[in-house]
This record gives sequence, C-alpha cells and structure tokens, in this order.
Amino acid sequence: MNDMRVTEREVDDLEIKMKARNVDVFYGETHAIKHVDVDIRDKTVTAFIGPSGCGKSTFLRCLNRMNDTIDVARVEGEITLDGEDIYDKRVDPVQLRAKVGMVFQKPNPFPKSIYDNVAYGPRIHGLSRNKADLDEIVERSLRRAALWEEVKDRLAAPGTGLSGGQQQRLCIARAVATNPEVLLMDEPCSALDPIATAQVEELIDELRSRFSVVIVTHSMQQAARVSQKTAFFHLGELVEFDSTSKIFTNPDDPRTESYITGRIG
Amino acid sequence: MPLLWTLTIILVLGAVGYVLGRRKAIASAGGDTRLLHSLPGYYGANAMILTVVPALLVLAVWLIVQPLVIERSVTSLIPATTVEEIGSRSLVMTEVRRLAEGIDTAIEVGALTTGDARALSTEFTDIRARLGEVGVALGSDVTPQVLVAAQEYRAMKATGQAIMTGVVLVLAGLGLAFAYARTHQEFRARNAVEYAILSILLLASTIAILTTVGIVLSMLFETFNFFELYPWREFFFGLEWRPSFEGGSDLGLIPLLWGTLYISVIALLVSVPIGLFAAIYLAEYASRRLRSVAKPLIEILAGIPTIVYGLFALITVGPLLRDYFAEPLGLGQSSSSVMTAGIVMGIMLIPFVSSLSDDIINSVPQSLRDGSYGLGATQSETVKQVILPAALPGIVGAILLAASRAIGETMIVVLGAGAAAKLSLNPFEAMTTVTVKIVGQLTGDTNFESPEALVAFALGLTLFVITLGLNVLALYIVRKYREQYE
Amino acid sequence: MTDATATAAPRPHGAGSLLAQDERTRRRNKAEARFRAYGLSAVIIGILALVLLLVSILSNGLSSFRQTFITFPVMLQAERLDPEGNRNPAEMAEVTTFGYLPILAQAFVEHVESLGIEHDVGLRDMAAMISDEAPAQLRARVLANPDLIGQTIEVEVLAGGRIDGFFKGRVTLASAERDRNVTPAQLVLAQALAEEGSMETRFNWSFVTAPDASGQRPEAAGLGVAIVGSFYMMLVVLALALPIGVAASIYLEEFAPKNRFTDLIEVNISNLAAVPSIVFGILGLATFINFAGLPQSAPIVGGLVLTLMTLPTIIIATRASLRAVPPSIREAALGLGASRMQSVFHHVMPLAAPGILTGTIIGLAQALGETAPLLLIGMVAFVREFPAAPPEGLFDAASALPVQVYSWTQRSDPAFVERASGAIIVLLVFLIIMNAVAVILRRRFERRW
Repeated sequence: MNDMRVTEREVDDLEIKMKARNVDVFYGETHAIKHVDVDIRDKTVTAFIGPSGCGKSTFLRCLNRMNDTIDVARVEGEITLDGEDIYDKRVDPVQLRAKVGMVFQKPNPFPKSIYDNVAYGPRIHGLSRNKADLDEIVERSLRRAALWEEVKDRLAAPGTGLSGGQQQRLCIARAVATNPEVLLMDEPCSALDPIATAQVEELIDELRSRFSVVIVTHSMQQAARVSQKTAFFHLGELVEFDSTSKIFTNPDDPRTESYITGRIG
Repeated sequence: MPLLWTLTIILVLGAVGYVLGRRKAIASAGGDTRLLHSLPGYYGANAMILTVVPALLVLAVWLIVQPLVIERSVTSLIPATTVEEIGSRSLVMTEVRRLAEGIDTAIEVGALTTGDARALSTEFTDIRARLGEVGVALGSDVTPQVLVAAQEYRAMKATGQAIMTGVVLVLAGLGLAFAYARTHQEFRARNAVEYAILSILLLASTIAILTTVGIVLSMLFETFNFFELYPWREFFFGLEWRPSFEGGSDLGLIPLLWGTLYISVIALLVSVPIGLFAAIYLAEYASRRLRSVAKPLIEILAGIPTIVYGLFALITVGPLLRDYFAEPLGLGQSSSSVMTAGIVMGIMLIPFVSSLSDDIINSVPQSLRDGSYGLGATQSETVKQVILPAALPGIVGAILLAASRAIGETMIVVLGAGAAAKLSLNPFEAMTTVTVKIVGQLTGDTNFESPEALVAFALGLTLFVITLGLNVLALYIVRKYREQYE
Repeated sequence: MTDATATAAPRPHGAGSLLAQDERTRRRNKAEARFRAYGLSAVIIGILALVLLLVSILSNGLSSFRQTFITFPVMLQAERLDPEGNRNPAEMAEVTTFGYLPILAQAFVEHVESLGIEHDVGLRDMAAMISDEAPAQLRARVLANPDLIGQTIEVEVLAGGRIDGFFKGRVTLASAERDRNVTPAQLVLAQALAEEGSMETRFNWSFVTAPDASGQRPEAAGLGVAIVGSFYMMLVVLALALPIGVAASIYLEEFAPKNRFTDLIEVNISNLAAVPSIVFGILGLATFINFAGLPQSAPIVGGLVLTLMTLPTIIIATRASLRAVPPSIREAALGLGASRMQSVFHHVMPLAAPGILTGTIIGLAQALGETAPLLLIGMVAFVREFPAAPPEGLFDAASALPVQVYSWTQRSDPAFVERASGAIIVLLVFLIIMNAVAVILRRRFERRW
C-alpha cells in the first residue's frame, strides 16, 4: 500500500493530458452519458469501472472520436487533448486517433502477417523513412508488447494464427507502433484466460512509463491491480473519480461502496 | 381419350379407397375414434395412396418405355434398301409415324373403318390421296414397306395400350384391396402415410439430380454422334467457322471461343470496377437514406430480362458506338460489335457484382474496421488495406460467377455482337460467340443427322463444362470464405 | 507502400497541433475524397445506365400503342363481292382479299377526290397508303355480316407502316426521298388528309390483342398470341415448379439426413441455378421434343423447360423461409406429441408461406422474361392462330412475349423496332406488377422473431 501511495502522489503532479468537461452523449433519444468531468493525466493508468451498460465504454470511445462512425451518436460538452478541443471542426479524427490509440475488447488482428499488422499504423501515418526504419519500429513495438520473443521467427505468419493472449498483445503492439500519446483499452482482458490476462496487465504497467493509459474494465481486482486513478460510472453518470486506493478503501459515495462490496453490479 | 379415362378411373378408385379405409377403421374401433392408433383420415389416406401411387408410377414408366420398345422393333422391320432410298433410318421412322397417325385420324373422322384400315394396301389404293382428303398431308407416296411398318406400329401401339390399361387398373384394385385388408384399429396408419409422403418429398428433391443428368446425357449422346461425323481435333483446334449446308463445313471452336472470351472480358472490365466501387460506396460511405434508394435502383438492373438488354444494344448502344467511336476512328461500320455486346453485358452484370460484393463486404466483422479506425486510418485506407484483403476470396468468387454469367449469356450477344465468326482484335468489329451459334444452328428447320446441327450440342457441352467449372470453383471459394467468419 | 516510407520527414513524438492538418494528413484526405468520388460515380453510373435503358425503350416503344387509321366511305358492290347474289357466306368466301383490295383502293381515291385535295400521287401509290391488312379486315367484317353488301359503309382502316411512321416522326419528307416504299407526295397527301380529319393517330388496343402479322405489315402486328403463350407457360411453371420446389425444400430442410446423397442434391441445386439458360433449351429440345415427341412451339414444352430453370430459384427461396422459422415452433409442436410431419405441415409451412410465395413470384418473373431456351424449342415460329383453351391449348403452337420481341428485331422494316420496344414495355409492365406483388407480400407478412 505504501508504494501505491507514493506513486499516486507522484501521479497527481503529472500534467493533465486529456480533460473532459460536462460531456453528454446521446444515442438517438437515449441519454447515455450525463455531465461527465474527468482528467486523464500523463503517464498514468486511469481505470473506468462500473456495472455493464453504465456508459464507461461509450465514454472511452468519445476520447478518440470512435463514436463518429455511429450515425446516431451525438456528443456534447468539451474534451481536450493538450488543451485543444478534439471536437473542434478543424480537427481531423484521423490525426486525433494517431495520437489517441485504442485496443479493443476482442482481439482483432487484421487478416495479414504479424509484421504487416504492426507495420499498418506506421505505414499509413508515414512514420518510417525506409524498410530498416520500419523493421525497427515493428521490433520495438513487439518488444514493448512483450511479444517479440514469441514471434520473432515467424513475422510473416498470419496474425490470426496466434493464441488469444498473443493476439491481444499483437493488437497492443499494433497500437503502440503508431507512437500514441494516450492509449485507450476497452476491456482488453475480457476475452483472455487468467495467464494471458496476467501478461497483459504486466504489460499495461510497463506502458505507463511512456503513455497515458485509460482502461475500461468490469473486473475491480484488475482496476485495483493496474491503475492509479479510478472512475466509477453508474447509469451514465460519473459517480466518483479519485485515486484508486481511495475508491477501493474509502469511497465517498454509498453507490461506489455498494458496487465495490458487490451489492450492485 | 382412353388415357384420360384410365386416369379418371384410378382417381375414382382412390377416392373410394379413402372412404372405405376410413369407414373400416372406425368400424373396427366400434365407432369410438379415440381407440384408433391414428386419426381416421390417415386410414383413408393410406388406402388412397396405396391405390393411386403404384398405379400412376407404373403408368408413367409404361408411357416412357412403350414408344422406345415399339420404335426399336418396328425399325427392325424396315429393310436396308428402303432406308437408303429415303435417306436415313430416323427419316423413315418419321414417315412411318406420320402414316400411322394419319390412318388413326382417318378412322377418327370416319373416312375409314377399322376394317378398311387393316385392309389398306399400296397396290389398290392411293393412300396419300385418301388421307389428304381428311386433312393428313403425307410428304411422299407410300411404299409397301413403310405401310407394313406403319400397320405393325399401329398394332403394337394398340396392344400395348390395352395391356397397359389392364395392368394399371388391376394394380390399383390390388392396392385398394391390400390397404383395405390391412386397415384395423391397431394399424399404424399415420406412420404409413407419413412414410409415403416422405418418399414423395424425397422424389421431388431428386429432380435436381435428374435435370443435371438429363442435361449431360442429352448433350453427350449428340456430341458423340457429332464426333462420328466430324473429327474432334478439327472441332477443338479449328480456326475457321464456315458451316455450309451442302457439306464440307469448317466447324472450328476457336473463333467462337475467342469472341465469347473477348466479349466477357470487356463485360467484366465494365462491371467489376463499377460494381465493386458501388458496393464499397453503398456499404461504407452512403447514408442510410441514399442506400435505401440507390441499392434497389441498381438491383432493378438485375431483374430486367436479357432480351431487353439485347434490344438496348441493338437500337441504342450499337448505333451510338458506331456513330461516335467506330466510324470517326475508322475502326468499323458495324453497329453490332464486341464493344456493344460487352458494354451492355457489363451493365447487366453491375448489380450481380455489386450485390454479391456488398454481402461479402458486410460480412467482414466490424471489429476489423474499428481496429483500423482506432489506429487512425481513413475510411479509404481501411477499405483498401483491411476490408478488401479480408473480403478478397469472396469477391474473387463473385467475379468468377459473373464471368460464368457472361460466357453463358445469349440474348445480348445474339442481338448485339453479330454473327460473323472472326479472330480479330478490333473491338468495334462484329464477332460471334458460342451461344449465338447454338441458337443459329438449332433454330429453324434442322436435320439432326447433319454435323451442322449436331455441332450445337458439342458447343452446348463445351459451354456447360466451362461454366460448370467456373461455378464450382466460385462456390467453393465463397463457401470457404464464409466459413472463415462464421 | 513506397509512398509511406519514402518521403515523410521523421516526426518528433507529440509534435503538431490537432487543429492544423499536417501535409501528410492533407494528402491522405485528398486520397480519401478521390476514393469517395470514385464510389459515388460508380453508383451514379449504375443508376444512369438504368435510366438510359428505360428511356431508350420507352421513347422507342410508347408510340406502338398508337396507330394511324384512315376513315372513308366504301360502297360494297354486290356484283364483285357476292357474284352468286344469295348472300351465302360460304360462297362469298370464294372472293379473296384480292377481290376487296381494288374496292377499298377505289373508294379511297374517290374519297380524296371528294375532299378536293390537290395532290400528285399516282393511283397505285394511293392504294399503297392503305395497310395490306385492311382488305382482310374488311373481308372479315363483310363475311360476318353479309347484309352489308350493297350498302355504303364508313370504314376505318389501318394506314400503311410508312404513313404511320410519318405521324410518329419516324419517317420524314427527307427520308422518303431515299425510301423505295414511300414517296414524299404520299406524305403530303397524308398530311392533308389528317387536316381534313380523315386520318387520325390514336390509341390502339389491337397492339395488345391482335396476333402477329407478316413482315410487310408491321402496322397490324400485335402481341395477342404471345401474351396467351406466355400466360400458358406461366400456368405450367406454377403448376409444376411450386409443388415440386416446395416438396424438395421441405425434404432438404426438415427431413434430409446429412449424407453424401443430400450433399449431391445441394451441390446440384446451386449449380443448376448458375447453368446458362440456353443449356436448358438444349435439354428441352433433346428430351421433350426429340425424345418424348412433344410438339414444337408448344407452351407445354416451354413451360417444362422454364420449370426446370425456375426450380432452383424457388427451392433456394423456400429453404430460406423455412430456415427463418425458429426451431422453438417445431419443438413446441413436437412437445405436444405431434409427429415431425405434422409439425412441418401444421406449423412451419403456414409461417413460411409468405416467403415461399414471394420466392415463387420472383421465380415466375424470371421465367417470364427468359428468351434463349425458347428459341431452341421452336417458339420463334410465326403463329397467327390463337391456341385453344387449356389443357389442349397447351399443345398448340404459340409464341411468347420475349421471343416475339426477338422475332420482331429480326425483321427488316424499321417499324418493327417500335413494335419490339412496345412489346418490351408490355413485358416490363407484367414484371413490375409481379415484383410489386412480391414486395407487398413481403412487407405485409414480414415477421420478426
């Protein structure tokens, strides 16, 4: 616990990377997210927890405008990245997503080789000058995703042939390869077995040294293990947002306590 | 019509069977239908099925087999000299059949009595004139041999008919009696009836196989006949197509195949880019409202009969291409051309390519799109680098199916491509295809003994084999692709 | 991939504002816009092709529903039409249409004179302005009513094809100069007659009801026999393809065990659906006509061939709608002690019926427009006699709508282009009606579980 306190104090000094103010999301007539304020700090793991359907994934998808692809979704309020409104008319979501990467619930490697999966982002964003550069990016990303040792001999094999845990780490490597500043993870372990989950969690902790990570999870243990800050969502509202240890040991809101102790969920 | 009467009697017996079976079942249960194994109607149905079905089956088989048997035995009666005189055995048989039918008609209208008919002889009567009086026209004067054969034909037909009626009616009666005897309170009538229905259902589903077998056999036999008259090597590798009805035709497949492939390639060059891009646009970009309008509009193109496209090629596209492209460029004066047929066929295939591709693109999981967008890819990058490669096998399958359509298409090329078999590269020249020549050789009066007519069957078989190969390959690819995402 | 690696300058991590697009993003967005434009133009080209097709057919074909008629009085001279003088139709039938021709021609010439129109059309050319069909029509009218002989009656006869074309804009004074079949003077006279009200272009039912006419008289050609023939074939297809198709689908979907034989049937059905239609024509020619000895040009043969062609469509549609009935319905019936047969016929079939019907109508619509196989079984023959009522009529010679279009395109007189396009309009109207019924059925009974 002591260690955790120390890191958390450090965390509070870090600069605020993303800031959400008064965010509302509508799906057609449904009011999915209500007046949410959240600060995402740099080099920090922020966890969103809450019962299913509470809007935590919806909110996560607002942070890199993935909701744009859904016709009926409408976002109000202000979300900034480094002080710039990401819903400004002048912002190109493509450029935004290069800075705010995303990893999804189900591993979704492209039906291409492992190499091409990781090289996809650098290629479309033009991050490498030549083949050697690209090779280096791919290797570095796979190392960061703790996958290099397992796949270095079969980079040309299809990514879909890996095991579930490996696939998810490949997707993380793919996201890391574009050099994002924020990495969003939508229940990245829900489709994995416990061993693979442990590997991914370890990885998340390492990623924190370079990026700001936001993770949505339905597992409270996971939130407690990997995050420094935790936000609890319930019925589209942000009920409580504080340091992880505070949320899990001494929450302010009775609803948070009920959820933590297992009475709602 | 004795056949109609036989049918009626069988059906009446069936109805009687239903009533009797039902009544006996109820009686055996002492009037309390609850004691029966099955509902009373099933006992009736059981009796009816046993009465009608075997009788009808025998009737059907008899009707198919009898003419074959008679034909064979009558043919053997005709001496070889007569065959040589008239030309061929099948021509003699046509003559025989016509004469036999003529005599029958004459009896029917009362111009001849049955006795007269039997006593007919070529020496004392001018049969042709006598039959002409009752409206039966014979091609030539009747020779004694043909008359003998015709009389034999009539006799065998009459006996056959009589035996058939007897056998079939007895069978119906036996079925009725058997079912009646079996009907009893404990009898599992429902199971029996359901078994019969199941057999009928099974029989119906074998029609597909029978059709395929029929297609293959009907073309295979005549193709063999053709290769007896014409060397197969010259058919498959011949570079000239010049049929002449005085004999000595050149019947080479290559120029026809060339025209077919040339037109199909142009059709695919038109339809694949347009169809594919339209599918991509409608699946990935279009608003729901545009999609709901544009998709059905494009699919209307698929519902339009090919004769309409043919006429469109003939009266609009052909003259347009000739006046604005071929003539100014000095490439030809013909309004029917490879280009005309190819473009119009391409239009016909647009909806075919687009709706198949649309299905396939939509079956690419959304998670792949999300993955790509999440990395900051634009929509077109996602389509080109993730969706299309993922959908590629399916799209290749769709294109192969379209190619098979193009190769087998008939009306557009009949009206738009022309009839001259040519090996040329100029797309504004008229060329011809396999299908055009099948139509050409088989319409109008045809002599099925000549290589010029029989070649159509060889062409048909070639066409069938090519399209079948493409279809099997395409279906295999598409099926493999579907399994991948299921 | 070269563009991705070659030019881009290395970008320091986190550089660049979101609010300004960098050079590369701008380029990528342009590529995006181009791609989008390609897609949109493909959609537009597809729709334009449809519009062009329909406009071409409509603009060429609508005029075939209108026809030019000439009205003038005719004195039916007894001595020429009924030489025996006892008004016996059998004897009067001895006078052929060649006997009526001069009477009509003379009456027409006199009519023009009585109107006082000045013209320089020769007598022979004046007679040629009347359709060759007119004497036959007059003869039929007189034979039906012998009492007309000796009277002067008002007749309304078809104008010749070129004269008709003049009023429809197909023939002009300039084109008549080059045409052997018409002179500019005839057209001038026709114009004058129209102004006097003796020549009129109006709606023409007989295009839909009359039988075909020979190549020299396009103005009289109609679709009657073809419509009846197509209708008979559809009856045959409906009577055979629906029960067989439904029976086969029920077996395959509900009862068939998974084995080699069932697989074989499945593969066969999907392949038959893609076999070129002309191959079915060869099958029909070889089996139904050459082998089974059925008559050529008969609707029964056409119906049989189209049945075999339509079966895969109906089977595929029926199986889809059987599959759409959820298993819970079957289980509910089985749970009450119904046999599998009873559960299928009492519960699944009624629920699947709308889908089956829709599939059948679409299959019929396909069959109605099919041409190629019918060419091979002799439906191109020139048939003027209406077939008798079914069932005997099924064995009489007839034509079919799409085949009629084809045979008209093969005739030299340009007026037949108009006829062929008109026939296609009739065909399309039938198809639209059938598809509309299918759509309405689908909307009305669409069920979601």
